[in-house]
Amino acid sequence: MRQVIHCKLSSSFLSLALILLLAFSTSLSAQEGDPAKGKSLFNANCAACHQLDKKMTGPALRNIETRIQEDAGLDRVWLAAWIRNSAGVIKSGDAYANKIFNEYGGTAMTAFPQLSDADINDILAYTAEVKAEPVAAPAAATQASGNNGVSNELILGALAILFMLLAFGLFLVNKTLRRFAAAKDIELPDTQRTPLWKAFAQNQFLVLVTSIFLLLASAYFVYGYLMQIGVDQGYQPVQPIHFSHKIHAGDNAVDCKYCHSSARVSKTSGIPSLNICMNCHKSIYEYKGETSVEYSKEFYDGEIKKLYAAAGWDDAAQQYTGNSQPVKWVRIHNLPDFVYFNHSQHVSVAGIECQTCHGPIEEMEIVSQFSPLTMGWCINCHRTTNVKVEDNAYYTKIHEALSKKYGVDKLTAAQMGGLECGKCHY
Amino acid sequence: MSSNKKYWKSVEELNDNSSIVEALKQNEFVEEIPTDEFLGNKESLEASSTTRRDFLKYVGFSTAAATLAACEGPVIKSIPYVVQPNEIIPGVANYYATTIADGYDFASVLVKTREGRPIKIENNAMATTNGSANARVNASVLGLYDSLRVQSPRKNGTSVSWDELDAEVVQKLSALKDSGKDIVLLTQTFASPSTSKLIAEFKEKYGNVRHVVYDAVSESSALDAYQAKYGERALANYDFSNAMTIVSVGADFLGDWQGGGFDAAYSKNRIPQNGKMSRHIQFESNMSLTGANADKRVPLTPSQQKVALAKLYSYVVGGSVSGNLPEHIEEAVKKAASQLKQAGSNGLVVTGIQDVNAQTVALEINEYLNSKAFNKATPIKTRQGSDKEVMTLIADMKAGKVGAIIMSGVNPLYTLPNASDFAEGLKNTGLSVAFSMKEDETSSEVQLIAAAPHYLESWGDVEISKGHYALTQPAIRPLFNTRQFQDALLIWNGNDVSYHDYIKDAWGTTILNGSSFNQALHDGIYVGAIATENTDTTAAAENAEVPSGDAANALAGSVKASGMEMTLYTKTGMGDGQQANNPWLQEFPDPITRASWDNYLTVSKADADALGLVNHYVANGALNGSYAKVTANGSTLTVPVIIQPGQAKGSVGLALGYGRTKGLKNEMQTGVNAYAFYKDFNNVQEVTVELASGDHEFACVQLQNTLMGRGSIIKETTLEIFNTKDKEHWNAIPTVSLNHEETPVTSPEVDLWEEFDRSIGHHFNLSIDLNACTGCGACVIACHAENNVPVVGKTEVRRSRDMHWLRIDRYYSSEETFQEDIDKKEDAEGWFTGQKQALREMEEGADNPQVSFQPVMCQHCNHAPCETVCPVAATSHSHQGQNHMAYNRCVGTRYCANNCPYKVRRFNWFLYSENDEFDYYMNDDLGRMVLNPDVVVRSRGVMEKCSMCIQKTQKTILDAKRDGRVIKDGEFQTACSAACSNGAMVFGDINDKESQVAKLKEDNRMYHLLESVGTKPNVMYQTKVVNTTEA
Repeated sequence: MRQVIHCKLSSSFLSLALILLLAFSTSLSAQEGDPAKGKSLFNANCAACHQLDKKMTGPALRNIETRIQEDAGLDRVWLAAWIRNSAGVIKSGDAYANKIFNEYGGTAMTAFPQLSDADINDILAYTAEVKAEPVAAPAAATQASGNNGVSNELILGALAILFMLLAFGLFLVNKTLRRFAAAKDIELPDTQRTPLWKAFAQNQFLVLVTSIFLLLASAYFVYGYLMQIGVDQGYQPVQPIHFSHKIHAGDNAVDCKYCHSSARVSKTSGIPSLNICMNCHKSIYEYKGETSVEYSKEFYDGEIKKLYAAAGWDDAAQQYTGNSQPVKWVRIHNLPDFVYFNHSQHVSVAGIECQTCHGPIEEMEIVSQFSPLTMGWCINCHRTTNVKVEDNAYYTKIHEALSKKYGVDKLTAAQMGGLECGKCHY
Repeated sequence: MSSNKKYWKSVEELNDNSSIVEALKQNEFVEEIPTDEFLGNKESLEASSTTRRDFLKYVGFSTAAATLAACEGPVIKSIPYVVQPNEIIPGVANYYATTIADGYDFASVLVKTREGRPIKIENNAMATTNGSANARVNASVLGLYDSLRVQSPRKNGTSVSWDELDAEVVQKLSALKDSGKDIVLLTQTFASPSTSKLIAEFKEKYGNVRHVVYDAVSESSALDAYQAKYGERALANYDFSNAMTIVSVGADFLGDWQGGGFDAAYSKNRIPQNGKMSRHIQFESNMSLTGANADKRVPLTPSQQKVALAKLYSYVVGGSVSGNLPEHIEEAVKKAASQLKQAGSNGLVVTGIQDVNAQTVALEINEYLNSKAFNKATPIKTRQGSDKEVMTLIADMKAGKVGAIIMSGVNPLYTLPNASDFAEGLKNTGLSVAFSMKEDETSSEVQLIAAAPHYLESWGDVEISKGHYALTQPAIRPLFNTRQFQDALLIWNGNDVSYHDYIKDAWGTTILNGSSFNQALHDGIYVGAIATENTDTTAAAENAEVPSGDAANALAGSVKASGMEMTLYTKTGMGDGQQANNPWLQEFPDPITRASWDNYLTVSKADADALGLVNHYVANGALNGSYAKVTANGSTLTVPVIIQPGQAKGSVGLALGYGRTKGLKNEMQTGVNAYAFYKDFNNVQEVTVELASGDHEFACVQLQNTLMGRGSIIKETTLEIFNTKDKEHWNAIPTVSLNHEETPVTSPEVDLWEEFDRSIGHHFNLSIDLNACTGCGACVIACHAENNVPVVGKTEVRRSRDMHWLRIDRYYSSEETFQEDIDKKEDAEGWFTGQKQALREMEEGADNPQVSFQPVMCQHCNHAPCETVCPVAATSHSHQGQNHMAYNRCVGTRYCANNCPYKVRRFNWFLYSENDEFDYYMNDDLGRMVLNPDVVVRSRGVMEKCSMCIQKTQKTILDAKRDGRVIKDGEFQTACSAACSNGAMVFGDINDKESQVAKLKEDNRMYHLLESVGTKPNVMYQTKVVNTTEA
C-alpha cells in the first residue's frame, strides 16, 4: 500500500522540502520529530483512513496538533492516548473524543499501541508541514521541444524556397543566353538525336527488364499492404477514462496481476472491474506525481472523478450512491474468434512476463498494441521458447521421453506440440 | 435447299385476323409494358432534382465510401463488471447441481455456466437416482433462451405488473370462498414435498381447493395398480442392474416408460462379463428403442400383448387363461416363461400396457419371482396424475362448478383429447390463471398468464423416488419478469418468505434430519431414510385388491377382437411435446426411423402393401411417403406414413408431442397432434387407416436401412460363440494379400504410410461399446451444445446437409439376423443370377429385423484419408491422436469429405448464425447466449467435424499443468462420453496403460470401423454380443 499512496516526487522537490523543513525545525520545540520518518510512518499506518488535507474515513490531519489545541485545549499527551487506544478515551467519557467519534459515524479508530512516543512525534512533525505548492517545472521542457519542431519546419521551408529561387535563376540564365544567341545570329545546333524515351521504348530488352522490375516492385508493395490488413500493431485508441499504465504499473509498480487477476487462472486476462479500482482509489482521490502540460494534475484528478462517477462513489460523503455506470473500454488486443489463446497457460504455467507480449506497459501513458499478434509471431516464439518444466509433475515424464527423442536438454514449445493447428484453432 | 416449311409459334397464328399475332409482329410484347407504374408519371420525374447522372454519381460515391470504410477495423468495446461477483472469473466455467422436474423429465444434473450464463447440462455423478440426462434434458438449456418466452405477466394480451395480477387473483379467490364453487389447482406432477406442503396451506387459506395432478402422457393405470396393491400412489421402481432375464410386454423402458431413466442400470448387464450377460425378450407392436436393443423381439398387436402377458402369468405362476395367440408367439411366451422361472429372483417382467390389470399382473409376476430388481422400498414418485380426476374436473368445469382454475406446467388445450370440452369449461370459469413460459395453446386462452421462469431460474425440490430427494437451484437470475408457481402461492397465502427460504425451512424440519442444507444444495441430492407422508390415501380405500390370478383372467378377458390398432408413443426427442420449440430436439433424428422434424404413422410392410401406402426416394435422395387418413373415435387426421420394419402386422404407431401451433416459431410447427386420438388416456386405440392423396416430404438423415451383410461395419456375434470360440472366429482382423500371403491389415508391411511415434504424451482413444449403447441420443444433443453445432432446418436436412458431428446409425437386418445377411451374401453365386438378386433383396429390412445402433463421429484416423487430399493443409494430425480441423484455413473444396470413408465431415453450405434466412437459436441474440465461448462458430464454406472435444482435453491438460500434477484416468472426457450414462462411450489416454480405455483397446471385442481400409482410427468399437440363449 505504501507504494500506491506514496507518489514519487522529483528529487529537486524533495531537497527543497528538506531545506524548508530544516528551516522550520529550528523554530520548533525540543520534542520535535523527524518529518521524513513521520511521512513513512503516516503512509504505513494512517493513510488508509486519513489524508493531510481532506476528510476521509477519519478527519484531515494537517496541523492536527494545533487544531485540537485551539478547539479543545488538548495536547500531544491526549493525542497519543487517542492514537494508542481511542476506544479507551471514548469510554472514559472524554467530551471531545465522543464528539469526534459521533461526527465520524461511530466508527472507532484502529488502535496503534505499537507506536512509540518518538513515532508519534515524527508523525505529528509530518502533519505540521506546510502544504507545498506544485512546481510547474516540466512545462518548460515541453515548450522547448515544441519550439524545436517549429524551427525544423522553418528550416525546411527556407531551404525549399532557396531551391526554387535557384531553379528559377537557372531558367532565367538559360533564357537570357538563348536570347543573346538569337541576337548574335548564332545558329544553335539542332540536336537530331532520338529522344531518350524513344530510344528506351525501342530497346525491347530494357522494356522487358523494366516492366519485370515494376511488376515485382508493385507486387512487393501490394503484398506488404495486404499482409498488414487486420494487423493492428500500434493500435492506440482513446479510452473513456484516461487510465495511465505508466502511473500504475510504472511509477507505483502495482503488479499487473493485482488488477488483471484472472490472467492466472483463465483464458482472459480480464479487464478489472471497478471495485478493484476502488480498492485503492477510495483513498487516492488526487494525483500527486509528475505532471506535464498535456497531463496536468487537474487532468488526472478529473479522470479519478470519472472513475468515481462510474463506480457511484460519493467522495464527499465517502460512500457509494449505488448509481453506477459500467465503463465501456475500447478493446485493444483482439484475437480473431478462431484463435484460442489462454493467458493462464502463458502466465501461470510458462511464467512468461506480461511485457514479453504486451511490451513496456509500465512506460505507456496510453496503451497501444505492442506486438503484431499474427500467427507468425506466435509461432516464432513457440519455436524459440523453452518449456518451463521445473517443479511441474505434469511435465516430468513427458519431458524426459521427448528430450531423449529430440536429443536436447530443454524442449521448446514447438517440440512439445505447440505448433499443431488444433492447439489454438478449435 | 431451303425448306418451305412454316413453323407455327402458337395456335393463335391459325387465326387469320388475330390481333395478338398482329401485335407481336410490331412489338416484342403483346401488352404495353406498364412503365408508368414503376417509373411514376412524367411530372414527378421531371420535378425530381436528381438526374440520371447525379444518381450514378451517388451510387459510385457510396460504393467507394463503403469500400473505404470497410478497410477500417471495427472498434470493439469491452465492458467489465462494476462489482465483479466473487464466484465469477471471466473465462472459467462454474458448475451447479440442480434438478429438472418439468412434469415429464426428472433428472439430477449439473449445469455448466460461463460468465453467469448456463450453457450446458451434464450428468450429476453423485445422484443415486435419475442422475443421467437424456436427450431432452440435455437440450433443455436452450429453452432458457427461447425468444418466444412470456416476458412478463399478461392480462388479456397486455402486460400487467405482478401487483395487479396478485390483487386480482387474491380478490377473486377470496370472493369464491363462500360461493360454493371450487378453486382448482391443475398442475403437472411436482413430486415436491415443499410444494405439497404449500398447496396444503393454500387449501387451508381458501377452503374449497382441489388439487388435480395431470400428466399429459398418463401412467394412471400403473399408479392405480401399484396403489391398489401397495397402498401408495407411486410407480414400481425396478433396478435393471439386478435383472438377468428381462421380459417386457410393450414397455419401452429404454424410452419414456414410467418416467424413464432405467437405461444406465440396464446397460450394466448388457456388457458380457465372465461370459455372462442379461437376456432381454421384448413383446411389442411398434419398433421401440427397447425392442431394438432386445436379444429377442416378438412383434404382436396390442391386444395380443394383453393375452401374451396373461399367458406369461399363467405359465410362470400357474393357472390357465383364455385367449388365443398365433403359434409362434405362443411358443415365444412359453420360452420366455420358462426362462423367467429359471432365472427366479434374477428375472423381471415389465409392461407398458395401459390397463390396471396388466400392470397388476406384472407386479404379481415380479412378486412371485421375488425379483431382486423390484425395489419396493423406493417407489418412483415422478408420475402422480389421475385420469379420473382430470375427467371429473372437465365435467365440473363444463357444469360451471369451478370458480377458479390455476394451472402450472400443463397445457391441457394441447394435450387433452377432448380439448374443446376443456375450452368450453374454461369459459365457464370465473378466474383462469396459467403459469407458463409460453403463450401456448392453453395460456393464450386464459385470463391471466403468470409468466413462469425456466427451471434454471427457479428453486425447487423433488422426491424422485421415495427417500431420494433432489434440489433445484437457479443457475442464473431470471431473464424476464417472471415468478414461479410456488412463489406466487406463497404470496397468495399471505406468506412473505421466499420459496427458497420456505424449502430450506421445510427441508430442515422434515427431510434433512440434521444434515446440512448447503451440502444437499451442493450435491443436488439428498438420500433420506424417512419417507414423506402419503398425502393421498383416500383413493386407496376405494380400490379393493384384486386377488391373484383374477387380474390375468380379467386382462385376457378384456381383449376384444379388433381391426387395426394404433399405439401412441413418445419419441426420444420430443417426449410429450413441451419442448417443441427447441430446434435441437426438432432436428434430432429419431433413433429408429432416423427422421427429424416430423411425426408419422409407422406401418408394417404387409399393411402398407395392402393399403397402397408407399415410401420412395426422390431424385435428390430424400425420402417421400404417402399420406394416410387415420380415423379413430370420430377424429380424423391426415398423417404421413413411414413403413417400419418390425412393426407388428395389424398395428400402427403415431408419436405424441407434435403438431403444436401456439408459442412456437413457424419452423417448429411440425407434424400432427396425436393427442386428438388419446381418448380416455389410453395409448392404444382402434383406428381405420386409408390412403390419402399427396406425397409427404420427410427429412430423414439415414436412407440406407439395412447393413447389406457388411459385417465389417457392425461386428456382431452370439454369446455362445463369444464364450466358446476364439477371437479369430468372431472378430478376425481383415487381411490383405502381400506377396501372396494373407497379412493382417494392422501389420506395418502393408501400410502405405510410415508409422508416427505417438508413444509420448497423450494419445486419445474413444471406445464405443455396441452392447451398452442403447441409441438414446443424449450424446448427440450434448455434442450440439458443447460444439456449437448449428441447426439447419428441415429442408436442408432433406438435402443431406445435416450438421450433426455425431450420428447414431441404425441398421436393420434383412434376414432375421445380421449373420444370416452375411451368409446370404456369401452364399449367393454368380453375379447376375445370385449376388445381384441377393443384394437387391437385402435392401429391404426384415419383417422383424435385428437392429443395431452405432454412434459414428470422426474416427480420428492415424492414417487419415482426409488429411492427404486437403490442398491447403487445413486438416492435420496431432501427436495426441486428434485429427485437427483449422476452420480459418479451410477453403471449402470438400475433397476431405469425399475422401472420408466414414462420411463424418460436415460442410457449412450456408452461414447458419446471424443469418436472416434461418430462424433458429443462433439467429437471435437470446439464443446465442447458449453458445460455448471456447468453440468457434463456423462460417459459410467451411468444413467441420468432430474434434474429439479438443477444447475439453486441452482444458484438462492445462488444469493439470497449472496444478503441477499428473492426470488421472477418467479426467479426460468428451461431451459424448460424459453424456453417456450407459458406459458405452469410454474416452481416455491409451498411453496411460492403467486407463480403462487402454484396457478396452486390448479387449477381444475391440475392432475398428472398416478396418480393411487401413485408416487406423482412434475410435474403436466393441463387438456386439447377442444373448440368444433359449430356455
